[in-house]
Amino acid sequence: MNTQTTIRFLGTVLFATLVSSSATHAQLGLPRTGLPQQGGEAIYKGICQGCHMPDAKGAVGAGMYPALASNPKLETAGYPISVIIHGQKAMPVFGAAFSDQQIADVVNYIRTHFGNSYQDKVTPEDVKSAR
Amino acid sequence: MIDEIPISRRSILKLIGAGAGSAAMYQAMTEMGYAATSDFAGPIKLSGARKGASVLVLGAGIAGMVAAYELRKAGYKVQILEYNDRPGGRNWSLYGGDKYTELGGVTQEVQFAKGLYFNPGPWRIPYHHQGILHYCQMLNVPMENFVMVNNSAYIHSSRAFGGQPKRYREVVSDYDGYISELLAKATSQDKLDAALDKDEKDGLLQMLRRWGALDQNYEYKKSDDASNMRGYDRPPGGGLESLPVNSDLLPRKDLFSSTMWISLYLNKSWDFQGTLFQPVGGMGMIGKLFGKLLQGVIKYDCKVTNIHQDEKGVTATYVDAKKGGAPQTAHADWCVCTIPATVLSQIPMNVGAPLKNAINSLSYIPAAKVGLQFKRRFWEQDDAIYGGNTYTDQPIFNISYPSHGFFDKGPAVLLGAYSFANINSFTFEGQSAKEMVAAALEQGSRIHPQYKTEFQNGVAVSWHRVPWTLGCSGGWTDENRARHYDNMCAVDNRIVLAGEHCSRLPAWQEGAVLSSLDAIKRLHQRALAA
Repeated sequence: MNTQTTIRFLGTVLFATLVSSSATHAQLGLPRTGLPQQGGEAIYKGICQGCHMPDAKGAVGAGMYPALASNPKLETAGYPISVIIHGQKAMPVFGAAFSDQQIADVVNYIRTHFGNSYQDKVTPEDVKSAR
Repeated sequence: MIDEIPISRRSILKLIGAGAGSAAMYQAMTEMGYAATSDFAGPIKLSGARKGASVLVLGAGIAGMVAAYELRKAGYKVQILEYNDRPGGRNWSLYGGDKYTELGGVTQEVQFAKGLYFNPGPWRIPYHHQGILHYCQMLNVPMENFVMVNNSAYIHSSRAFGGQPKRYREVVSDYDGYISELLAKATSQDKLDAALDKDEKDGLLQMLRRWGALDQNYEYKKSDDASNMRGYDRPPGGGLESLPVNSDLLPRKDLFSSTMWISLYLNKSWDFQGTLFQPVGGMGMIGKLFGKLLQGVIKYDCKVTNIHQDEKGVTATYVDAKKGGAPQTAHADWCVCTIPATVLSQIPMNVGAPLKNAINSLSYIPAAKVGLQFKRRFWEQDDAIYGGNTYTDQPIFNISYPSHGFFDKGPAVLLGAYSFANINSFTFEGQSAKEMVAAALEQGSRIHPQYKTEFQNGVAVSWHRVPWTLGCSGGWTDENRARHYDNMCAVDNRIVLAGEHCSRLPAWQEGAVLSSLDAIKRLHQRALAA
């Protein structure tokens, strides 16, 4: 993607999200527009680390964010795929904002980083069938 | 529809006023669309609580304190458990000397000069939010004007006009001018004859000429009239050489193919129409004064770990939020729970499936704000901007200049970023506080080059890392609301929820107030009927 195309793409995303966020206080559901980041690491840093933390160790306050680091629940790839698509309690629904490829990429990233080393790769087709 | 009745609205009001007094008239005016405000129906009057009846309130934010205050007045014994060591919840201002530790453990020490502050959460109250304004008056919170629209502030698009910011007045006047020109031409060339009769056409053309500052040929051009709207290169002066110099218009093609209209449109909405207010000294003054009024009622540093109800009452188990230690319990006949849904979904609580499912369904939206202190008010001194908002298509989205302390010669704090409720907000708030401050400086300096030399210090709050909310506010979708909202608000045996997440004004303090008043009214009815 050359610079010009990237800028145009980002522009479209920003435009769309601004419009949807301008429904502001009438409806604050998360916008269903596309996520600009591509690739597991970029998506993790762009979306996930805000809650799960840069080291994926989660955090505890009045409530908590679960650690993804060394988390045995990630053994079954279907679990993170489902949580990303459908949300779970404080975890927002990201199914509409992420493409199948983006979900596959970020699931593969967290399952092979932060002390996790699950070698079975998830494909966009796996994500599609979980939707 | 009242408009279709062949008697004027004013004469109906007169009849009602004569027969039923001014309260009925006010009620009728509200129903007919005059005096329209939020659905706050005036101060609540609960009374006659059963002897010895008690209520446990969880959370000392706006909703919790409203509930505690009103229920105590009605005769209940009331106790509040609060996670923080201060009252207010999201009603919160950061001052110099404050420390804030976010999830993940990073602590920021706020270095603002004495008297300066930054509101990480709510920061403006529109005039029609009569519920929160009622409590501000009750608490004697001094209020001042919040400047929302400032025609001298900027609209910036990184993809239009070479990234040069334009004044709000130029953008709004040129949109009005070009739109009027196009519409006037279509009208005068009879292209709208199917839609407009002759009287309408004449009226519209007259209006558009003035509205859009058009010339006699219905053209929008550089002119005295246009500059009277959009501003001058040199404004009219006094004495010799006082002739104004008119300003050039923004080229229509560049303007129309930009997205600069977005911020104009935001400002037009009901939520942001003037008059807007802010408490003198920071939004957190409301929480502070409310907490003072409820001194002795609120127990701080309590992290609730379990909520249990049975036929005798409600018991909350909690631990010291800072020191941990042995669990303690608080008990009452009834419970108003204002703990955010994101936190509450993680606390074991024996309520029915409809309420449980509602709580579990709600995640909170992303938002982040950055406060920046500068050595001087260069936006006032160099740019003649006094309060109000600048908008940009960069991730910081919004710069807001202080609506107070005008002309002060010392340092000042402005809002340097406000990323809110869109997918890119996750990315912005996912940065560290240091990165957010750096981003605010970098992006803001494209609008105000003075940023780089005048900056002193900054603080950033990412709402998903706020330990007691896990997000900014309830992220309801229409589908989710249709399925779960009523269940979220319904009394479950002895427990009722309240807060902005139980309102149709999410993220607004007014939502917290209205939800709380409605919840305690229903809980009180149930307590009397029990």
